[in-house]
Amino acid sequence: MGDAAARNFQYLAYGLIAVWAILAVYVLTLVSRERRIGREIESLKRMIEDREGK
Amino acid sequence: MREKILYILGALAALLLARNIWAMLTGLPDEAFQGAIFRIIFFHVPAAFTCFLLFFVALIASISYLKTGRMQWDSLAVSATEAGLAFGAANLVSGMIWARIIWGIWWTWDWRLTSMLVCWLLYAGYLVLRRAVEEPAQRARLSAVLSILSFTVVPFVFFSIKWFRTQHPQPVLYGEGKMDAAYRAMLYGNWVPLLMIAALLVAVRMRQERRLRELDALRREAHAF
Repeated sequence: MGDAAARNFQYLAYGLIAVWAILAVYVLTLVSRERRIGREIESLKRMIEDREGK
Repeated sequence: MREKILYILGALAALLLARNIWAMLTGLPDEAFQGAIFRIIFFHVPAAFTCFLLFFVALIASISYLKTGRMQWDSLAVSATEAGLAFGAANLVSGMIWARIIWGIWWTWDWRLTSMLVCWLLYAGYLVLRRAVEEPAQRARLSAVLSILSFTVVPFVFFSIKWFRTQHPQPVLYGEGKMDAAYRAMLYGNWVPLLMIAALLVAVRMRQERRLRELDALRREAHAF
């Protein structure tokens, strides 16, 4: 394989990795937001239950 | 049940993508002038199509919100916009990597590239606007208006390569453009799993919006004590 062809494949790999990295970062953002919302809902529910109990 | 459907959708998309990547690397010949880097088009173009389709969904949802005032439409609009921005970023970055090899530069202020960047920034502004407005109904109304205005740029991005002389390649899927049948089949074939991923992301994001509304209600209840 010539230098130009190898460089071509190298950049193709960069392109594919970049596409998946962008989508993966978005998925990770969704996951972390999901966890944060879950934690906040749980803590608020506990707080409201505690206050109602008093 | 809904969870299961989402998992199945994700697994199917992953399988299809793996199959497509294998087929495009081993089964399709290099393009005569561009070589292997040409294969980036199988992600670059479907990512753009997915992005525009999601912005169109956001447009319909925004109009529906303004007509009905139902928050579900607002949830769909923000979910579609966020996922659309991810696919738009994938389109822009993959295009830059292709340009580095074919043009020798990462970027040029060409009509297509510039209009796509402006479009992306407008929709990113939509998300910034949402963060800036606290009151849910006002936030939904203002962002619906911005979403409708932002969509006016999309046809311009799409047809800019037809309307202007651009460095970006001319259309190969419509008009006078021609693409080999095997390449065309791969391009559309790769769009299917990207659409499935988009549907999955929008569904997950919409569920988050529902939970965010639940969170808002709990916050109000907690403040009421």
